[in-house]
Amino acid sequence: MLTIKNLHASINGKEILRGIDLTVNAGEVHAIMGPNGSGKSTLSAVLTGNPLFTVTQGEVFFNGKNLLEMKPEDRSREGIFLSFQYPVEIPGVSMANFMRTAINAHRAYKGLEPISASDFLKLMREKKELVELDSKLASRSVNEGFSGGEKKRNEIFQMAMLEPKLSILDETDSGLDIDALRIVAEGVNKLKRDDNACVVITHYQRLLDYIKPDIVHVLYKGKIVRTAGAELALELEERGYEWIKQQVDEE
Amino acid sequence: MNMSTEKTYIELYQQFSHAIQKPCAPLLNAPRDAAMDAFIRMGFPSSSIEDYMYTDLSSAFAVDYGLNINRLSIPASPNDVFRCDVPGITSWVYFVVNDSFYIAPHQPKLPDGVIVCGLNEAAEKYSDLLKQYYNQLAPNNEVATVAFNTAFAQDGFFMYVPKGVMLEKPIQLVDIMRSDVDFMANSRNLIIIDEGAKAQFLECAHTADGVQFLSNRVTEVFVGENATFDYYSLENTHNKTTNIASLYLRQAASSNVLVNEIVLHNGLTRNDVQIDLQGEYCQTMLCGMAIGDKAEHIDNATLLVHAKPHCQSRELYKYVLDDSSVGAFSGKILVAKNAQKTEAMLTNRNLCVTPTAKMKTKPQLEIYADDVKCSHGATIGQLDETALFYMRTRGLSEADAKLLLMYAFMADVIENIRIDVLQDRIRNLVEKRFRGELSKCTGCVVCK
Repeated sequence: MLTIKNLHASINGKEILRGIDLTVNAGEVHAIMGPNGSGKSTLSAVLTGNPLFTVTQGEVFFNGKNLLEMKPEDRSREGIFLSFQYPVEIPGVSMANFMRTAINAHRAYKGLEPISASDFLKLMREKKELVELDSKLASRSVNEGFSGGEKKRNEIFQMAMLEPKLSILDETDSGLDIDALRIVAEGVNKLKRDDNACVVITHYQRLLDYIKPDIVHVLYKGKIVRTAGAELALELEERGYEWIKQQVDEE
Repeated sequence: MNMSTEKTYIELYQQFSHAIQKPCAPLLNAPRDAAMDAFIRMGFPSSSIEDYMYTDLSSAFAVDYGLNINRLSIPASPNDVFRCDVPGITSWVYFVVNDSFYIAPHQPKLPDGVIVCGLNEAAEKYSDLLKQYYNQLAPNNEVATVAFNTAFAQDGFFMYVPKGVMLEKPIQLVDIMRSDVDFMANSRNLIIIDEGAKAQFLECAHTADGVQFLSNRVTEVFVGENATFDYYSLENTHNKTTNIASLYLRQAASSNVLVNEIVLHNGLTRNDVQIDLQGEYCQTMLCGMAIGDKAEHIDNATLLVHAKPHCQSRELYKYVLDDSSVGAFSGKILVAKNAQKTEAMLTNRNLCVTPTAKMKTKPQLEIYADDVKCSHGATIGQLDETALFYMRTRGLSEADAKLLLMYAFMADVIENIRIDVLQDRIRNLVEKRFRGELSKCTGCVVCK
């Protein structure tokens, strides 16, 4: 589904990603872990087309299409979704208006008619239950006045609405209490299917107690330095990142 | 000062003084000469005058406009040439074409005692009222365009709502500029809302022909004790229009006033609003929005005078400027020495969507009382890039994302409309405007 080869990216001339190689197949859950500043969030930003970052080398293919040539909106329409570490507040834009515009953009891309008002309301109702968001969600401005937990649940709600093929969860566990974490993780698990995939970016193991990864990668200094099964996350939880840093720096 | 432009009009006034006065009631003619003297002293305001720093009106008057001093009737009825942007608010509808008053056909009867007619007719028929109110607020000695209007005004709109009468439906006035040659009109409105009365008024400004227009309109409004009055203005004129609209409104004690001035599409616009709170416990909401693109120019100059204690005012103006459009705002709140317990808040927020759009803003507080709660602030910014990217990652095109953000930016001004159907209609017009579907004023042939 996703193939990243030798990806280099920089911001303001400073190189953050220094040759990432990663393959994600349908049905898989990948965890990308790593110490602070290792490039985890940069990877998600580059995959979604954040204009602040420049790709200097390498290639990314998504279902056979050159992802790096696509505008952010087309990447979304092709099925990539990013759950933001810091969801953006947009005062004055209601969730309903935002989501209807998004869904209709996705539908237009596929050559479909705009969604009917009743189908849309039904869809909103159905999906917000998944993450236990309150009934007034539709009329609230996007993320405005949402608590930390609500913001993250709102990200998963949007993911549920857009049904992406590849979801990237960037530090979705940060700032969450245990209840919110459970709700978010359950939401993600319910959305999991054989034909979609998920990349969980996290500093800590705790989200991985709820979302079981098939493969765990460690990112350090802009490169994937270790790849193993779920047991690697547990080892990192126990031993921290120092031993890996040492090993890598010695290599 | 180069007075050549002024000279043309001064000579016109002197030469055609008789023609100007002939069709008019004595009450309209009485203040003309003094107003002309004041105009001669001041001349048209150029950008060297502080209040016009961002908008040079003197050059706007330099065009060789025709004036319809002899009151020749226009060839078509307003209903034939004009389709209103705000239909179906089931109001009473009136027209002022250039400066001549027309009643739309099939109007329901007005409640007893309510008068709506042309200003000149009112000056003939209701001279007691006019004597008391006409030309009482217009600052002829300070504002040259107002003095010019007083000197030349021959007709316009008059409305009187007597004591205790509540109008259930809004009154709509459609101003249309109509001419086959470059043309100027100086129409004059007078509105009196008596004690405890309630009225909502919507004034729409339009242009019907592709010539250069200058509309120099003065509106005086008196709102009595415990009265409630909404004044909405909506401008949708073409790019070759100069629209100077000056509103002077006086509030008596415990009155409640909402003014909302919306510029959707225009050429060069200068809106002056002065609201005098001349009684205790007045409430005032003054707001406005301007959407500019191409080379449109919108200047709002407001003055809120808190003359008496215990009044509350809120002021909110917002601009979204695209292309090379220019916005200017100067808003002043003056709190007199004895106006204790005044609460006044003034906000001006602006978005420049392109690097070539310009906004100049000057919020001011002048406070002589010592027990007041006042604030003022202004911001000029660009669209939030983080929000734009966030929206695009959900599949919205950049254009749609921008549209939603610009529209959201204006939402609170639209929410300040107290007529539900009008609020819906304006919401729709604003959205269309941002989508570019209203990038020309309705039926327009001039705007590129």
